[in-house]
Amino acid sequence: MNTTTTASGNHAVIEARSLTKDFRGVRALQDVSLALEPNRIHGLFGRNGAGKTTLMRILTGQELPTRGSVLVLHENPLENASVLQCVCFVKESQLYPDRFRVCNVLAAARVLYPTWDDALATDLVAAFDLPTGRRVKKLSRGMVSALGIVVGIASRAPVTLFDEPYLGLDAASRQLFYDRLLQDYAEHPRTVVISTHLIDEVANLLERVVVVHGGRIVLDADTDDIRGTAATVTGPRARVEEFTAGREVLHREALGSFAKATVLGRLDDADRLRASELDLELTPVSLQQLVIHATSAHRAPDIGQVRVGGPSVVEDLR
Amino acid sequence: MIDDSRPIFVQIAERIAGDILAGSLAEEEQVPSTNEMAAFYRINPATVAKGMGELIAAGVLYKKRGIGMFVSAGARARLRSERREAFVEQYVMPLIHEAANLAISPVELRQIIDKESNS
Repeated sequence: MNTTTTASGNHAVIEARSLTKDFRGVRALQDVSLALEPNRIHGLFGRNGAGKTTLMRILTGQELPTRGSVLVLHENPLENASVLQCVCFVKESQLYPDRFRVCNVLAAARVLYPTWDDALATDLVAAFDLPTGRRVKKLSRGMVSALGIVVGIASRAPVTLFDEPYLGLDAASRQLFYDRLLQDYAEHPRTVVISTHLIDEVANLLERVVVVHGGRIVLDADTDDIRGTAATVTGPRARVEEFTAGREVLHREALGSFAKATVLGRLDDADRLRASELDLELTPVSLQQLVIHATSAHRAPDIGQVRVGGPSVVEDLR
Repeated sequence: MIDDSRPIFVQIAERIAGDILAGSLAEEEQVPSTNEMAAFYRINPATVAKGMGELIAAGVLYKKRGIGMFVSAGARARLRSERREAFVEQYVMPLIHEAANLAISPVELRQIIDKESNS
């Protein structure tokens, strides 16, 4: 059972080429290239200030790159109405006009997106318990997030991006978001990008993972290709060392005569047998832990200190 | 249900294979749809489809156009012989190893197995 799929990039829904973005002398993105395939759910991960939001703003035509180019549905998204009506971007802190009520937001979205589904929106509003007559500025933080989620799902936009869509949203409502997104996506496949720090929660929904670190892409792979590519071995130090010899070790910890090491590389049955013979405990490494390794193994430079034209500090982890 | 040790599509394929071995999915019976399984396990439907694809390639499942996925005739016997090959490495060797750790002699181990098999 070994199949690998390679990203073809030929039919990419979103294609970014060598994006670089500087804000007043501070580099936010550095030579980012990306090709997102149609009808897949992507995870976009990275630490605060890594460049995720800047990247999504450029991908949706809300920001111009300093260098490089973007194609969304094979066209430049900038002020391109035919492309933008196919793109729904749910932002962490979406601003609505002061006087807008929940129903006004939904009515505006209905006009904006040709793919909008009214029945679905009504259903989601009920599921999230949103008061349609209330002014948006009177809503709680979690309710504003829920409203964004309703718009994001009901728009059925061919390209839908969620940027930290659930500030203030409780665990039950987040689960509702995942379930409803998955359900509607199964019936109406589209390209989805979810940016979040709650990686473990979304890991099983994703087909592809993109990790941004220090303004660069440090990991871009199919989720199934990276799942199980690292494992933690725990046991007596000498035996842990024996097991890890010749393997790439991401992380090591010791407590007295006891040690714990995270090794890179898929383990086969022989490895597992070997570990059990050495009385070592093997535990899988979650996607979230892999992302933590990818974004901290090479000491993260403070993005604000990466000056234009200065030496490149971040190394590619691939 | 789903763990981080291996690709999810592999786990889905193993789970369906396990159900066929256990007899909870009979030969010529229809397996749940991709979307049903995706919703149940809270995973991406494409991942489920990939897992089912593995089983189709292995001849365990077959597709009836427009209806769905079904368990092939003879699938159970085929899976059983495959699993038997892995049985020694996956179950017997760790058992012998742990028995040695606990100073359980091979004779004692055999007695334990006999006793538990008969109970």
